Amino acid sequence: MNPEPNSWWDWEHAIAVFPDLLLQGFKITLVATVLGTLLALVLGLIVAIIRRSTPPIINGPVTWIVEFIRMTPLVVQLVFANLVLSPYVDSSLAIGIWVLGIHYTTYMAEVYRAGIDSVPKGQWEAATALSLPRLRTWRAVVVPQAVRNTLPALGNYAISMFKETPFLFVIYVPELLNVAQNYGSTHFRYTEAITLAGLIFLAASYPTSLLIRRLEKKLA
Amino acid sequence: MPENAATPGAPGTPHIEFRDVVKRFGSNTVLDNLNFTVDKGERVTLIGPSGSGKTTILRLVMTLEELTGGYIHIGGTPLQYEEVGGKRVRISDKRRRRTTTDIGMVFQHFNLFPNMTVMENIIEAPVNVMGLKKAEAEAKAEALLEKVGMAWKKDARPSSLSGGQQQRIAIARALAMDPEILLLDEVTSALDPELVGEVLAVLEDIAAETDISMLIVTHEMQFARDVSNRVMMFDKGAVIEEATPEKIFSEPENQRTQDFLRAVL
Repeated sequence: MNPEPNSWWDWEHAIAVFPDLLLQGFKITLVATVLGTLLALVLGLIVAIIRRSTPPIINGPVTWIVEFIRMTPLVVQLVFANLVLSPYVDSSLAIGIWVLGIHYTTYMAEVYRAGIDSVPKGQWEAATALSLPRLRTWRAVVVPQAVRNTLPALGNYAISMFKETPFLFVIYVPELLNVAQNYGSTHFRYTEAITLAGLIFLAASYPTSLLIRRLEKKLA
Repeated sequence: MPENAATPGAPGTPHIEFRDVVKRFGSNTVLDNLNFTVDKGERVTLIGPSGSGKTTILRLVMTLEELTGGYIHIGGTPLQYEEVGGKRVRISDKRRRRTTTDIGMVFQHFNLFPNMTVMENIIEAPVNVMGLKKAEAEAKAEALLEKVGMAWKKDARPSSLSGGQQQRIAIARALAMDPEILLLDEVTSALDPELVGEVLAVLEDIAAETDISMLIVTHEMQFARDVSNRVMMFDKGAVIEEATPEKIFSEPENQRTQDFLRAVL
């Protein structure tokens, strides 16, 4: 029952829900984003290198899997992974992080691939002329230049992952949206909690996107 | 390593040997059954119209291009392909690298690594290919930078330097591997005219002070005259005339050599 039916905004509810949103919900959201991003950054690079440097027998299946993940919705992947894995994995947060990470791996691999392609042919040739081993060429010459070119795009995907963490709701991870919903369903007041959740997302992603834009300008 | 017909390094073994070399890009035949040798310590300049296959020859020696047919031997060691039981067999990248550590190349567009400082560019291969200690490699790099007049810029990034400076560093980077063969691919073609001199001066010093074999592609005929023992005139992937620089620049025999030299001199 709504205690004040004429007012759409009640500061008391807003103040009551805010600490939970920030300290519980936002914390989980942040953990999922940071770990998911790290996972995607590392796996994405590995996938990009595999696709660039291995024979079709490895490259083919990897490409197929990447396309499959990219062409199916994140929510479906979350529900599916949770159904399959929950008997073996206790933490739905851990499942959520892996699904987010692997889903974004497929996007970040494409970004890295463009970055790798942007490294001039002359760099590879100089490495060959110095007889650098293949692995060293990747590590010391190609990857540093490729990553530098792709930092802004990778950052934008990190923000995009951050904004997709509410999907973790479907596997009952207590992230920001979930906390807001819970407050709403127990107090029959959704407006304050959902609005504040949205504002917290905005407060975190807007400055980050400004930082990335600055980085973009600096690297250009 | 499998044994080869020629004993590597035996006296009289050519330093570079092209044997029936064929190179095609798609349906375009750039080199068709090319045979020539370069002796140890010899400086050979390749001249000829663009598209005649000069640069391709250098790139084949550096393993930047794959041979279509024939063989290249470096000091008697097969480079890209070898004959095993009458069959032409590709040599693995790892074994190729063992041969190419003795070969250095300087490129038209320098190709320094922009993510490294000048010093890091130079010690990269000595440390990671030759296994030198970092301090050792740096001492050696310092001496080489001194030689090319760039020691004062050792901590700079290549992008902050002029083309002439970058090219001198690229030369030092190639020399840091103690190459026995140096390939110079139009090393002054991308430079502003006023910067050509400083690069050629460095190369002339190196030619005078070392016995590195050199294979040179250049449009600088004065430089070719100064450093080379032999000039080979290429046209359509074949050697149409070869002689000492004195001879070829003053009294070329072939009509096409005459036409070419008249156009460039």
